[in-house]
Amino acid sequence: MQAAIPQKSPTLAPDTPSLAGDLSVWLIILMELLTFGILFLSYAFARTFDVALFNASQSTLDLNSGAINTVLLITGSWCVVRAVEAVKRDACAVGTRWLIAALACGSGFVVIKLLEFSAKANAGIDLSTNTFYMFYILLTAFHFFHVLAAMVFLAILLFNTFAGRYGRQDHHALETGAAFWHMVDLLWIVLFPLVYVMR
Amino acid sequence: MFNFSINTLWLLLLSATGLTYWLGESGQLGHARMGPVLIIFGVSLIKGLVVINDFMELRRAPKLWLNLLAGWLGFIISMILLAYWIGLR
Repeated sequence: MQAAIPQKSPTLAPDTPSLAGDLSVWLIILMELLTFGILFLSYAFARTFDVALFNASQSTLDLNSGAINTVLLITGSWCVVRAVEAVKRDACAVGTRWLIAALACGSGFVVIKLLEFSAKANAGIDLSTNTFYMFYILLTAFHFFHVLAAMVFLAILLFNTFAGRYGRQDHHALETGAAFWHMVDLLWIVLFPLVYVMR
Repeated sequence: MFNFSINTLWLLLLSATGLTYWLGESGQLGHARMGPVLIIFGVSLIKGLVVINDFMELRRAPKLWLNLLAGWLGFIISMILLAYWIGLR
C-alpha cells in the first residue's frame, strides 16, 4: 500500500515567521547575490591596480541616466509592494494598476539603458576597450538581462492579477515574482554607486 | 526598531538616491578621501537594508534569511570600502 503524499503545509499562525514567496526563488536569489557579489568585488579590487584608468573611464558615464534608473527601479519596487498589499485585501483592480505602474518603471529603465549602451557602442566602446569598460558592460548588461527576466515574470503576474486569479487566500505566486523584482532593485543599489559614482 | 509606512520608506529611498547623486555631481569625490565614499556606501547599506527588511518582507521571515541577505550586503560593502582604501595607498 502506498503512503499518502502530503498535499499542503499546515496553516501557520499569522505571527509565525515565514518567507514571502516560494523557497525555490529565494534559493535562486541567493545564487544571484553570490554571482553578482563576486563580480562587484572583482571590479572593486581590479580598480586598485589602475585607479587613474578607472576614474578617467568612469567620468565618461552619464550619472544622470544612472540616477534616473535608480529612481525607476526603487519606484518600481514600491509599486510592486503596493500591488501585493492590494491583492492581499482582494483589491485585484488596484493591484493590476500598481503592477502596470511597476512595468512602466521597468520599461523606462530598459529604454534608458538601451540608449546608454547604444551611445557607448557608437563611441566604439566594447568589452576589449579597457578593463573598466569590460566590467561596466559585463555588470550592467548582466543586470539588464535580470531586469528583462523580472519584467517577463511581472507581465505574467499582471495578466493573472487582472484575471482575478490571486486574492487574500492565494497570493503566493505574486509574492514569489515580487521577491525576484526586489532582488534586481537591491543589486542596482550596490551597482549604481560602485560603477557610476565612486571615484 | 522603526516602523515606517511603505510610502515613507519609498520617499526615504528617493532622498538617499538624491544624496548619492549630489555627492557624485558636486565634485566631492575624486580627491582621494575616504569620507565621501563612506557616506555613499553607508547610504547604500541603509537603502539595501530597507529593501531587504520591508520590500522583500524579510522582517517577517525566519531570522536566517534576513541574516543571509543583510550579511551579504554588509560583507560586499565592507570589501568595496577595503578595496577603495587600498586604492588610496
